[in-house]
Amino acid sequence: MHSQSTALKVGSWRLQSAQDLNKLREQILSERDPARPEIVICHGTGCLANGSDKVAKAFKTAIDAAGIDAKVVPGIKTTGCHGFCSRGPLVIIRPKGLFYQRVSPKDVEEIVKRTLVEGQAVERLLYKDPKTDDLIFTEDQIPFYKLQQRVVLHNIGKIDPTDISDTIAAGGYQALAKALSTMRPEQVVKEIEKSGLRGRGGAGFPTGKKWRSALNAIKKKGRPVYVVVNGDEGDPGAFMDRTIMEGDPHAVLEGLILAAYALGAQQGYLYVRAEYPLAIRHLEIAMAQARAFGLLGENILNSGFSFDARINRGAGAFVCGESTALFTSIEGKPGNPRPKYVRSVEEGLWGRPTVLNNVETFANVPLIIERGSGWYAGLGVSHSTGTKVFSLVGKVNNVGLVEVPMGVPMAAIVEEIGGGVPNGKPFKAVQTGGPSGGCIPYRLKGTPVDFDSLTAAGSMMGSGAMIVMDDTDCVVDVGRYFLRFLEEESCGKCLPCRLGLTRMREILDNFSKGQGTEQDIEDLTSLAQAVQDGALCALGSSAPNPVLTTLRYFKEEYMAHIRDHKCPAGVCKDLITYSIDPELCTGCMSCARQCPAQCITGKKKAAHIIDAEKCLRCGICMDTCKFNAVVIS
Amino acid sequence: MITFKINDEEVQARPGWTVLETAREYGIEIPTLCFHPAVSSSGACRLCMVELREGSWSKLVASCIYPVAEGLQVYTDTERVRNVRRWVLEMLLAACPASPEIVQLAAKYNVIRSRFASKDPDQTCFVCGLCARVCEEVVGLSAIATVDRGIHKRVGAPFARPTDICVACGSCITICPTGAMQKIFDSVRGEPATALTQLA
Repeated sequence: MHSQSTALKVGSWRLQSAQDLNKLREQILSERDPARPEIVICHGTGCLANGSDKVAKAFKTAIDAAGIDAKVVPGIKTTGCHGFCSRGPLVIIRPKGLFYQRVSPKDVEEIVKRTLVEGQAVERLLYKDPKTDDLIFTEDQIPFYKLQQRVVLHNIGKIDPTDISDTIAAGGYQALAKALSTMRPEQVVKEIEKSGLRGRGGAGFPTGKKWRSALNAIKKKGRPVYVVVNGDEGDPGAFMDRTIMEGDPHAVLEGLILAAYALGAQQGYLYVRAEYPLAIRHLEIAMAQARAFGLLGENILNSGFSFDARINRGAGAFVCGESTALFTSIEGKPGNPRPKYVRSVEEGLWGRPTVLNNVETFANVPLIIERGSGWYAGLGVSHSTGTKVFSLVGKVNNVGLVEVPMGVPMAAIVEEIGGGVPNGKPFKAVQTGGPSGGCIPYRLKGTPVDFDSLTAAGSMMGSGAMIVMDDTDCVVDVGRYFLRFLEEESCGKCLPCRLGLTRMREILDNFSKGQGTEQDIEDLTSLAQAVQDGALCALGSSAPNPVLTTLRYFKEEYMAHIRDHKCPAGVCKDLITYSIDPELCTGCMSCARQCPAQCITGKKKAAHIIDAEKCLRCGICMDTCKFNAVVIS
Repeated sequence: MITFKINDEEVQARPGWTVLETAREYGIEIPTLCFHPAVSSSGACRLCMVELREGSWSKLVASCIYPVAEGLQVYTDTERVRNVRRWVLEMLLAACPASPEIVQLAAKYNVIRSRFASKDPDQTCFVCGLCARVCEEVVGLSAIATVDRGIHKRVGAPFARPTDICVACGSCITICPTGAMQKIFDSVRGEPATALTQLA
């Protein structure tokens, strides 16, 4: 990737003190011209998939070809994910902050000519406020961003994650320098305790308390102690941790080093799932650069404190995100959870005291150390301080990554930041916490999004996936989906999980066919409780949550399946029929051509008919029809 | 000695004991399948779940691995405990219909029929892993392992490659709670090419 600073060559700098770091930062900043135009191109996984790398290449060519005066040649910077994934590829022209969306390589020439040379905006690439139809010119005016509070994500979208000089210029490693030069390890733990930070991986265990318990365990058992980053994010629809690791890897690393300093650890591990190759690459680059600058490895900043870390790649098992399974995986054994009546802080990796925290938790740590626990505790609400990053997906207009203070109402995230459901209808439910969480129905849309309120509603914060559902999503089908996912991902060790999830899914399969009795619903609830109570690890014990919450909030929909043999959402294939509305059908024949079962008949310009006997209920006709003539009943 | 209560009766245990060991010492009945004193406990079958209570707080734990502690209040036959037991046994009946041991154990806890259909009428193995543990911990060979994960988990040769290190000592057959190992035994050490397909 393109690097901005040419003066810095990695390897020639080894920082000896906090002053050295500041000197370097000043030097980098002084070499920069704040007025120089800079083209920022999102290179998050979402934008890359939409071809943002080709956009970047096109900019290089176009700028060279335009022959812009050497003094004002714009810089090109590729950054991590800006969060507004549904609008990618995103291009921002700084310093003004002009925001272009859905940019393709063929738009680039016009941007260079109109914006960079003539100083005008290319209006057709601007974001349009969906409510007012007004054109919005800059990033900070877009409702999606305006309503967020980006704390953990503050650097992402601004810095080039592969260039440590960019991180240093943005204030990276200041917290580490502060801790090493002015704080004792004990004080670092105290700051984290006072901040009220709770683990972002799902359960919300107080981070400071965890670190304190580890210190106590070390007193009893001595060192070594290990610090581990859990980057095995695997919930369907979740991509918060990936974005942080890709977009600001140094923040995670700095948090890890601070934890190591606080606990006196010499070795750390970053357990990252292999499905995140870009995150792994950026972390590797960040670690190599940090080592070269004396920020990682032997005698960090000449303070006498040494710490190094390595990346372990998860090989695709969801259950390895569970702490004890993660440890057995790092130890080189199959990723099976261990019975966990002795806590990981006492007996974790290699049987030693271990602190395992989530990526986002670690990314919060430098902010707390730098700006103080008082500042942090002022964010969010009293028992859930700080902000939380959510990935907003499903039936919502603004799919992407958002960061809000803890405690904001669910509705604010889904309707205001997320822009609501595409067809303007109210959402039906929001699934938080992935397969371990639950469905919050529309009528509880005022639920504050914090650890305790979500748990009280029967769901959980989880890692931060928010799947928005509308009236075309069936709760029985959602339950089946998550159970199928967990059946495959269970380690298979304990019986309630290995046998129970399949049996629960089979009961739901029956419901989706319109079979089943009220007794089955009772059995399902009772079996779900047995799995919750009986399973060995959190994967199993939280697996019934989607079913239990939908039974609690959408019992009528279950009843409709078994009593009326109907799927109100029109999803369960055995309970629906596709037909064609003769009023709306124009007889264009395109559905008949696409139908894989060839069960649609009708003459040109005359209404078509679907043979329900032969119909596979694949829905292709419905997707094909431009006149909304295909209906489900 | 550590003093705590099981079913409101005071009991004493040595440090390092589990709740199950203490209960057995006092003749308090807790069903188990994947537990054997000769090997380490894995807490897999969940039949030995007991309820811990403290005021209004309560939690189920596997007694075969839960270490004793001063002042614990353990209950071995509460509604929640019975619910887990009932469902595990119903599912086991359907999973291993050919095992008389499981039919007997289930009957002892009043589980006579299962609401679930059986998928394999000849199955007796429920993958408790005792065979693998005894081979590793007592025999010292690790000729048997559990293979794959989730619903596909099964007993087989390590890395799914039938092994020639087995010395045919028979420990796995002796320890198997359902007699399933008798059938699996030859396929774990059998002809390399066909062993796994026989298993599945």
